[in-house]
Amino acid sequence: MTNNRPLHLFANVTAVTTLGLIFAGALVTSTGSGLSVPDWPNTYGRFMFAFPWSDMVGGIIFEHSHRMIASVVGLLTAVLAVWIWRSDARAWVRWLGWAALAAVIVQGVLGGLTVLFLLPTPISVLHGALAQTFFLIAITLAYVTSREFFQTGRIPVSGGAHHRLRRWAWAALGLVYLQLLIGAVMRHTGSGLAFTDFPLTGGALWPSFGPAAMEQVNWAHWQLGLAEATRGQMMIHFLHRLTALAASIAIVGLALNLWRNPEIDRRLKMMGAVSVVLLLVQISLGAATVLTLRQYLITSGHVWNGAALLGWSYLLVLRLLRHYALEPAPARLQVLAPEGVPAA
Amino acid sequence: MKYTMRYLSLLAVLGGSMLWGQGSISGQVKMVGSGPPLRAIKMDADPVCSAAHTKPVYPETVTVAEDGSLANVIISITAGLEGQTFATPTAVVVLDQSGCQYLPHVWGVMAGQTLEIRNSDATMHNIHSQSKVNRAFNIAMPKVIKKKNQVFKKAEAPFKIKCDVHPWMVTWGAVFDHPFFAVTDAAGGYSLENVPAGTYTVQAWHESSKRLPAQTQTVTVTDGAAAGLDFTFTPVRRRK
Ligand code: HEM
Ligand code: HEM
Repeated sequence: MTNNRPLHLFANVTAVTTLGLIFAGALVTSTGSGLSVPDWPNTYGRFMFAFPWSDMVGGIIFEHSHRMIASVVGLLTAVLAVWIWRSDARAWVRWLGWAALAAVIVQGVLGGLTVLFLLPTPISVLHGALAQTFFLIAITLAYVTSREFFQTGRIPVSGGAHHRLRRWAWAALGLVYLQLLIGAVMRHTGSGLAFTDFPLTGGALWPSFGPAAMEQVNWAHWQLGLAEATRGQMMIHFLHRLTALAASIAIVGLALNLWRNPEIDRRLKMMGAVSVVLLLVQISLGAATVLTLRQYLITSGHVWNGAALLGWSYLLVLRLLRHYALEPAPARLQVLAPEGVPAA
Repeated sequence: MKYTMRYLSLLAVLGGSMLWGQGSISGQVKMVGSGPPLRAIKMDADPVCSAAHTKPVYPETVTVAEDGSLANVIISITAGLEGQTFATPTAVVVLDQSGCQYLPHVWGVMAGQTLEIRNSDATMHNIHSQSKVNRAFNIAMPKVIKKKNQVFKKAEAPFKIKCDVHPWMVTWGAVFDHPFFAVTDAAGGYSLENVPAGTYTVQAWHESSKRLPAQTQTVTVTDGAAAGLDFTFTPVRRRK
């Protein structure tokens, strides 16, 4: 069996467009424009695509264009699902195509609900998290339709190294995903500027959340003209920084393990190295978000690069799972196979 | 202030209060120290907004004059009126959107009174009310719609209303179940007219409610007299 190249290309386009949409969505949140268009599915009472360009001002630029790009992604996903259904023989892939379509529809409805219910925090968080989860589904569809996926031979990796690699890879992916969830909660509870210093947090390596320390932070906020933070906001903010550290360790650990393992091919080694670069960019953008007091392009860049890092870590896991097999068990174990004939 | 005065004077006839006579409460609100530094608002995201101003526009979060006079403080009676009911004024309170700013920045209405929201700008606005006692809402105000009426049915402590098209646009409103409230003007002054004779708790509220927390004082109003009541705000800094 070989792959369907146009289908694979189309799946790639869908995934890449989704990544673009994530930036457009992040701009909406970062500029606080989520409610600049009070109605949905219409825009100021007009059918979305009939809304005049000249009325696209201020926050409407971000919110309205986000909705339009989202429609494009919705359309691409629908075409992709139908195409897969008609041309792919694997039942689970067809099923995945429909799952992608369902996810994008739920995502669109959640977007609409944030508008109609005036941005309730749980719905906004869910919309932010499902956006990137949908991105992962799109990456899955792109990968399972790729030529690489159809290549049969798997590269053996010796037992211990194999387990270690898998563990690092899952840890990196899991922690980046967790970091996305914490980041989304932070963003939609207005906790992004609960602390305004970096690398220290509230002037300390481990901030105190006692009344005196909080007052010190909040007095500075008043003088800067920023909203004052509650203890909960400070805690979620600090948690994001702690998880960043844990995720960094996992990503660097994974990259080193890939790099040092002679059984791993160059491509995967490079993927590990690139994830470290993405991590460095991510931390710099996170720091810049805080230090520029949430300049909207930088903040959106942080969300966007975060999505790229998540997608990249995910692809790395997919390749690792698909491509590298545990080295065949040693011969003396084969003796125990019921109808087995000892190899030597 | 101007608006408040206008409809308060319309309320000269107040049910039973005539029996015991009425007076007024007036005074001045000052602030000691300074508020946060204000950075000029960048309005270039909407050319209509930036074209409306020749001079830089600053946020009105803490509007304090050189001599300490504090504007935009809501003064209202919070206790002493129990058991009395008051007619809802028929005059409307106007909240204008002009030059991509809310005029006035702070206002009050009586429950049931009409808030007339105007759009004097040739651009789009949305009015997003973060009220809690009264249902929160978000309504569209495209440039062709120049006026929309809104009525808040229940009394509610001050809440924010904002425009998400122009994120710098913020206004604070409060809803009362009586007509004795006012907002301080640029000189920090206010006055509550036609207050039935009696003893009251009067509150002064500022939107920076964490650092300039609301204060109350007690005052007695006697028939035909003007009671004076001043307030001074100092940013609180909690030390151990
Ligand atoms: C394919 C579908 C969609 C995707 C992938 C998507 C993605 C995103 C992303 C990544 C964000 C930023 C979240 C964050 O920063 O936490 C966002 C925000 C937002 N999206 Fe979507 N979106 C989609 C569809 C829609 C639709 C159809 C609407 C309809 C109105 C919508 C309305 C919004 C709003 C209002 C926000 C701002 C939320 C807030 O500030 O709390 N989205 N979107
Ligand atoms: C592994 C590293 C990191 C990852 C993967 C990551 C990921 C994310 C994501 C995905 C979001 C947005 C979630 C959403 O709403 O969709 C976010 C928000 C945020 N991150 Fe990070 N982050 C990392 C490290 C950091 C660091 C080191 C800082 C520095 C303090 C930081 C500061 C922030 C802030 C302030 C926000 C909220 C922005 C706002 O209020 O709008 N992040 N992060």
